[in-house]
Amino acid sequence: MNDTIDTATDTVLAAEELTRQVNSPEGSLTIVDHVSLRIREGESVAIVGASGAGKSTLLALLAGLDSPTSGRVILAGQDLTRLDEDGRARLRAERVGFVFQSFHLVPALTALENVMLPLELAGRRDAREGALQALERVGLRDRVGHYPRQLSGGEQQRVALARAFVTRPAVLFADEPTGNLDTVTGARVTQLLFDMNTSARTTIVLVTHDRELASRCERVLVMEGGRLA
Amino acid sequence: MRALQLAMRMLGREWRSGELGILLLALTVAVAALTGVGFLANRISQAVDMQATEVLAADLRLESPSPLSDDYLAEARRQGLRTASVTTVLSVVFRDEVSQLSNIRAASDGYPLRGKVMVASEPFGIGQPVDGGPPAGEAWPDSRLVAALGAKLGDRLSIGAGSFRITRVLMARPDQGGTFADLAPSILINDADLAATQLLGPGSRARFAQLFAGGRDGVGAFKAWLESSRQRSERLLDVSDASPQIKNALDRAGSFLSLASLVAVLLCSIAVAMAARRYVQRHLDSVALLKTLGATRGLTLAVSLLQLLVVAIGAALLGSVIGFATHEWLLRALKELLQAQLPPADLAPVGLGFLAAIAVLGGFALPPLLQLSRVPAIRVLRRDVGPPPPLVWLAFGPAVIAVVLLIWWVTRDLKIFAGFVVGLAAFIALLSFAGVLLVRAASALRGTVGVSWRYGIANLSRRRGESVIQIVAFGLGIMVLLMLAVVRNDLLMDWRRSLPPDLPNVFFINIPPADRDPFVDFLQDSGARTSRVLPMIRARLTQLNGEAVDQIEFASPRGEDFAQREQNITWQDDLGDDNRVIAGRWWSVEDRGKALVSVSTEVQEALGLQIGDRLTFDVAGEPYEAAVASVRKVKWDSFQPNFFLVFAPGLLDDTVGTWMTSAFFERQEGRTIAELVRRFPSVSVFDLDELLTQVRSMIDKAVLAVQSVFLFTLLAGLVVLLAAVQATRDERRYESAMLRTLGASRATVTRGVLAEFAMLGLLSGLLAAAGASVAGWLLARFVLGIEYGFDPRVWLLGLVGGATLVAVAGWAATRSVLRQPPITTLRAG
Repeated sequence: MNDTIDTATDTVLAAEELTRQVNSPEGSLTIVDHVSLRIREGESVAIVGASGAGKSTLLALLAGLDSPTSGRVILAGQDLTRLDEDGRARLRAERVGFVFQSFHLVPALTALENVMLPLELAGRRDAREGALQALERVGLRDRVGHYPRQLSGGEQQRVALARAFVTRPAVLFADEPTGNLDTVTGARVTQLLFDMNTSARTTIVLVTHDRELASRCERVLVMEGGRLA
Repeated sequence: MRALQLAMRMLGREWRSGELGILLLALTVAVAALTGVGFLANRISQAVDMQATEVLAADLRLESPSPLSDDYLAEARRQGLRTASVTTVLSVVFRDEVSQLSNIRAASDGYPLRGKVMVASEPFGIGQPVDGGPPAGEAWPDSRLVAALGAKLGDRLSIGAGSFRITRVLMARPDQGGTFADLAPSILINDADLAATQLLGPGSRARFAQLFAGGRDGVGAFKAWLESSRQRSERLLDVSDASPQIKNALDRAGSFLSLASLVAVLLCSIAVAMAARRYVQRHLDSVALLKTLGATRGLTLAVSLLQLLVVAIGAALLGSVIGFATHEWLLRALKELLQAQLPPADLAPVGLGFLAAIAVLGGFALPPLLQLSRVPAIRVLRRDVGPPPPLVWLAFGPAVIAVVLLIWWVTRDLKIFAGFVVGLAAFIALLSFAGVLLVRAASALRGTVGVSWRYGIANLSRRRGESVIQIVAFGLGIMVLLMLAVVRNDLLMDWRRSLPPDLPNVFFINIPPADRDPFVDFLQDSGARTSRVLPMIRARLTQLNGEAVDQIEFASPRGEDFAQREQNITWQDDLGDDNRVIAGRWWSVEDRGKALVSVSTEVQEALGLQIGDRLTFDVAGEPYEAAVASVRKVKWDSFQPNFFLVFAPGLLDDTVGTWMTSAFFERQEGRTIAELVRRFPSVSVFDLDELLTQVRSMIDKAVLAVQSVFLFTLLAGLVVLLAAVQATRDERRYESAMLRTLGASRATVTRGVLAEFAMLGLLSGLLAAAGASVAGWLLARFVLGIEYGFDPRVWLLGLVGGATLVAVAGWAATRSVLRQPPITTLRAG
């Protein structure tokens, strides 16, 4: 499959010399600078660093939401740089889950419908049953018919968690999952996140400023000026 | 299949959120306007058509000086048409010893196929419609004949070998026409009695007509068959030949109604473009999220397209129903005025509505949707990332194609199409340019005005692109509405000018030279308004530039007709107001007695004449040769005495046979006319009232159609304006919340919104007034062929109306936004 990256059987995500440059009025700007890393199946990894260090861009590159200027990413055995946009989307549908700082629930859909969405995109017929089970696991069984605007921030993030885990993804990417939550709610969501990581053996890659959250991860990667320190 | 399932499942959910509702509303309103105008225009134009056919008493009329083959009637009946025949023969009618040369008209059962015969119980009375003509054995003489014979109802008349009882006085026939070929009075009898009169024989001066009527398609097919089967000497007439006035009215109404529906099409496009923009803006995050969760670009596009398709179908159905209901309601409201049996609606406008909905969506919603599908997944992490900028042809190409196709579809006339497309393109370019200028100028004003205006103007200049788009949209909307007003006024004034209420309604011909002065005195004494008095001489064209006319092959059948028939000619010093010399020159005092003739455009075109051509006429056995000195455009609908051929004074003085004039009588003055007929028995009287009533009612109907369509378009424009304002609701909700959080009162925010929209409306109105004036002038001058009158009210209306309309519409549409407590908005993010 690939030549230079050591893809041991337990490696689920690997990056090699990953670089992302953007054009700005001041000239070319390197946001992610030759980053290489390898993450094992079931591992939990936190990426921390100051604002503008390139954490979110690295996350986007690893998840295939953005394309690198150079270098490559191997996710669940597939070289993302060799896939087109639709190919990466299909891979995400099958193997990847997301949790965002601002939850990103579809406002037009109920909690249940939001959780059903990735299952429907993957063509699963049992979307409804799967979604109900996932909501049950996050303790929102009695909120299935509520729209996002009718839910508190913590409840919204729990719906987002249910949505992220409902497809049993190989890797879960989380961008500041507790950033918009108060300490107590944040702690509860964090607990849920790691419980699910344990029970489903899902790999977690998260970007955070939250030291408490980062400390619960098995590994912490620190980014500075686009590079891993 | 997955896309369809997902689209349908999401459609239900999105519908609940109300986002698709706005698009559905915009499209429904647009389709409703389009189909409403379509139904209305379609039915009124059919009604006008139908009324026009009444002038022929049929849809098609075949005329000939020799008997017509019965095969035509048989074939028509075989093709499912209704038929009738009318034979006209010139003969003498007797009441005892008193006689009068008359046109005997023998009409078969079923006559008239269109329109009604009007009868009264006394001469010059008020006519009442009846079904059909007289039964066998009865005769209906016209007022002149009754007066000339001194007859009354119940008297017996002899015509040839037949005897008839007068049961009614004929006031009008639908097909009496506006020409003066019939100098003698008329009498209507049943066709079954014609043989008994033994009038038809060798040497009899008869004309034969066959009448056909039926459905539009059937008549069209039969007309094509008849065109190829008829003899050359047989003349075929249809609606377009019925009367020049009617043809003009029809053409003008047609042009105007087409333009009115075009406006609906354009407003439709603007509304959909704005709604689609809003749809895309609201869906950028959703699509990015779908992609993040694994949806392919194709899937997201298919989901959006399928949803829009469902919306389009729904809107087309709903819009058609509303359009139909609206036009029915409008027709019902106008019923009293219409006074006509309207033909049933045909379903063509529904098809137009469906196809237009798809075309408009394809042109205006597809490009932004394609853009939507290109939004990158990374937007879920970085809100500032949008779709890549579109290719220019992709962004505007489909819209331009859709607009051009729709305009062509509606106009089907190269001249109108080209004028409209060029005008539209120029106007959009001008408005865009002006919009950019405004946005630049706005920042200069910001320091000089109060907080509300500063906020409003700041909004305009901050949403640079959006402001320009809105100025173009509003400007275009206001312009078409103003343009309709401009053209409508011109049309109405033109029609009113052509048909003043005190138009001459009675013509007098055959006034002997000796009776001329006493006759004119009598008219003046009786209070009637008279027009010019002209000599009338019968003449036959014999040679053209020295060549005998019967040797010449004329290109047009009208030329041949003209060369064969005896003509009425006159001579005259002054060119009347209703005549305009378009080639050559009118004569001066020095030309008196010179052999010069002035021809009307009809004669010039029929015979292919040029200035200087020599025409030879046989006047009472004497040849007269005259050179063509001028060509005149005659306004025939002035109903003043007018002639195709006018000679210079002094040449024909000795040949004068009789004189003619026209006058306006109040309808109640029937007795004066009866008295006149008794005092001047040799003078022939033509009562034009019936004809005029017919023509005026038709023109009134056309005006009414124009006005109601105009009203409909105005309403459509307003609703679309509201839909356009809705496009910026989301931003406004957020801004209002922010401003109020910072301490602005609701009144301040409202004034800001009003200021912004008033400013937008003011500039749109200014440009719209300029655009409407220019476009109105172009339309009036080159398309409708009427005079353009500059109207300063258009500018006032454009500026004040534009500012008020947009400000009020903007305020109405954003009211709910401004009312919302700030916390609701800010919490929603």
